[in-house]
Amino acid sequence: MIPPYDSDDDSRPAVPGPVGRIRFMDAQRVNLDGFAVENPELGLVALASPYDPKPGLVVEDGVVTEMDGVKAADFDSIDAFIAAHGLDLTVASEAMALSDVAVARMMVDPSVPRSEVVWLCAGMTPAKLARVLALLRPAELVMAMTKLRARRTPSNQAHVTNRLDDPLLLAADAATAAAFGFRELETTVPVLADAPSNAVAVSIGAAVGSPGVLVQCSVEEALELELGLRGFVSYAETVSLYGTEQVFTDGDDTPWSKAFLTSAYASRGIKMRVSSGAGAEVLMGGAERRSMLYLESRCVALARAMGAQGVQNGGIDGASVAGAVPRGVRELMAENVMVMARNLESCSGNDALMSESDVRRTSRTLPIFLAGSDFVCSGFGSIQRYDNMFGPSNWNAEDIDDYLAMQRDWGVDGGLRTADPATVAELRERAAQAVRAVYAWFGLADFTDEQVAAAVDAAGSKDLAGPDTVAVMHAARVIRETGLTMADVVTALQETGFEPEAERLLDMLKVRVGGDCLQTSAILTPEMRVLSLVTDPNDYTGPGTGYEPTPERQAEIDAIRQQRSVEDLRREQAAYASDALRPRGPATQGGDPREVVVGVSPATGRDVWVTLSGLPVVEVLRQLLAGLEEEGCVARIVRFDDTIDLGMIGLSAARLSGSGIGIGLQAKGTALIHRRDLAPLANLELYSIAPVLSADDYRLMGVNAGRHAKGATPEPARNPYTDEAIEARYHTRVVSLVAIERACCRAAGPEELTL
Amino acid sequence: MTSPGRRAYSGRPVESVTVESVRRGEVTQDDLRIHPETLESQAVVAERHGNPQLAANLRRAAELALLPDRDVMRVYEALRPRRSTADELSALAGWLDERGCPRNAALVREARDVYVRRGLAR
Repeated sequence: MIPPYDSDDDSRPAVPGPVGRIRFMDAQRVNLDGFAVENPELGLVALASPYDPKPGLVVEDGVVTEMDGVKAADFDSIDAFIAAHGLDLTVASEAMALSDVAVARMMVDPSVPRSEVVWLCAGMTPAKLARVLALLRPAELVMAMTKLRARRTPSNQAHVTNRLDDPLLLAADAATAAAFGFRELETTVPVLADAPSNAVAVSIGAAVGSPGVLVQCSVEEALELELGLRGFVSYAETVSLYGTEQVFTDGDDTPWSKAFLTSAYASRGIKMRVSSGAGAEVLMGGAERRSMLYLESRCVALARAMGAQGVQNGGIDGASVAGAVPRGVRELMAENVMVMARNLESCSGNDALMSESDVRRTSRTLPIFLAGSDFVCSGFGSIQRYDNMFGPSNWNAEDIDDYLAMQRDWGVDGGLRTADPATVAELRERAAQAVRAVYAWFGLADFTDEQVAAAVDAAGSKDLAGPDTVAVMHAARVIRETGLTMADVVTALQETGFEPEAERLLDMLKVRVGGDCLQTSAILTPEMRVLSLVTDPNDYTGPGTGYEPTPERQAEIDAIRQQRSVEDLRREQAAYASDALRPRGPATQGGDPREVVVGVSPATGRDVWVTLSGLPVVEVLRQLLAGLEEEGCVARIVRFDDTIDLGMIGLSAARLSGSGIGIGLQAKGTALIHRRDLAPLANLELYSIAPVLSADDYRLMGVNAGRHAKGATPEPARNPYTDEAIEARYHTRVVSLVAIERACCRAAGPEELTL
Repeated sequence: MTSPGRRAYSGRPVESVTVESVRRGEVTQDDLRIHPETLESQAVVAERHGNPQLAANLRRAAELALLPDRDVMRVYEALRPRRSTADELSALAGWLDERGCPRNAALVREARDVYVRRGLAR
């Protein structure tokens, strides 16, 4: 938005500003996002552009002579590669003859096996598959993703980076990410020369956190390959594809160089996937008036043609461009489903932050999270936003608990698990110590105890003392120039007392020899079992089939660290126990017209000692009594053991009271004023929202009860107002407190108490 | 972890590579390198799982497994846009043929023809 310009020219008529309601709406965070008018000329169109080619395929003598309206002689390099390698010509004529809607239905219909869909899609041109995917509505995309993803078990990938490339913090954060369940960690660098140091630090940290975590370092293609060849990373992902030839070659590659790179990684047993996604071509001004989905369809067809096992897509760096146009977020998900339909691993975006709005960014991820993907996020920012050297992610460190709660809410496996706080602390310490030991072993750097302690405790790099950027660069240079390999790191770990980590890093090198991680959608379990399209194929064919968390995994998903049981609450309450409230015998009917009885619930001062607002119940009673005393009233405290109903407690208190006015108090803090002639559910004044009540509120209730007793009509006290999710915060505790009250209930007469 | 009996590039069974043997300096790079035959067998698996392109890639990889790192890096660099003339690409393909990499040689020749037509040769 262009800010208003103050002009002296007062000849323009004054335009009235928007009304308050609209000004208020304008100020919401979602309006920081850009929203673009659909514009095919600029490629600002999600699912279908009028300039997208019509699907078509002509094959003569086993050779593609025309594809999507382009003759072979006019193929650009992307067309040429797809036509030469990408299409299964044995099924092409059958597949291309199917109507778009027929294929779309097959993708959604659980009774059509996944294998049949991927077999047909192998014969479809980019324009054809784009048209099919454009037909799927959001709920249908969820169904298609549930069925079509290659691996049965969903997983997740994290970003682990920081502004300083601090190796101690990288290792601590990598161990933390592994502890939270991420099975792939992606690092990168603000300073390219630091890359070898980052790759080593994250690999060590990951090995501390869990066996079998795959690690990559996203840098320029040639350097990334070198890191892979030397064993410093265990997979690669930054092999970018683009949907137009111009942008592709601006990226300094061709389909052939990328295909070669794909084979180069495989030749060393290293897992790799390519990256693409909507919006990249638009940002580079090279969309050639095509829709985002069509351009991405070319990328995905090319990925398959090259023999890459998987694709990271769903916007990625261009996600906010897709998010700016109508149906753009739907397009992002369609890209992922397209990858799955081509029988490839999907690392499904949810990577770059696509909105300032928490609602929009959740909305963007939720359907994919529900359906399950090979990797729900192609980069969950497990670190602070400011430390994310890819730029902030759609999900960041502050969202981990949200994500875990979402898994629990839906009973869905999004790849993460709760990490015990004490375990996190131990792992961070061990990871930082391991990196310190290895760096010292090689003479790369000497870190101090203070530096280790700071990295262990740090929430992010802003918590570290000072950047030691020279040391990192020096370490990285030495690693690169002295020809160190990961096998040397294994030795260093072994020699410095980190045997299990040495073992785990060596296992990652041995995995390459077996080559099982080269198959589609491969990840390693903590037991070093390979899960892939081959060993763990998705077998969803409708309700009751497909992936279901094991009971152990379900328990892991359910047991977030914030959950509390009644017993937890009982222990918490017992810590506040006191002997201030003592029984004095059976309660009797009072006769003093200035007397007010405060009736308390069964558990008050017995098993429950603190109200929901954190006030000791004894203090609440003192305030009520002080208020009554202020009005010159006489107070008695009586416990009613036969009910937990506050109305009945208040009414019973009123009936015992000489003035006919009583106060009812539940141990959790809810309180009311009652009169002996009212119905149980009626009352004079009520504090219903116990969590927000203060000592002053209870004192005021005491004063008002005194005034009622004296026959006055005081202005009723009002519940303090809050717009917070007060019920979400307290309802589970209320349920537990009520259970405790119920357990204290017994058939007994009222009992006089002294304070 | 890995299929039993898998042998590294050197022929050494991967199970025999231990942290202790690494520490004693008894493990060479080739003991931790994939064998071309393993890539071939993975290609067969990929084919069986509906992905002939992945299989073709793994077969090109099996050829490249024979090349030292620096040669792999060199071929990649030569294939990037406008790095090589058509003749240089032809020569590169010939060299790959000589080194027992006919599939990669074919890929380079295919690239050469498209590069010339699309202005991607030097």
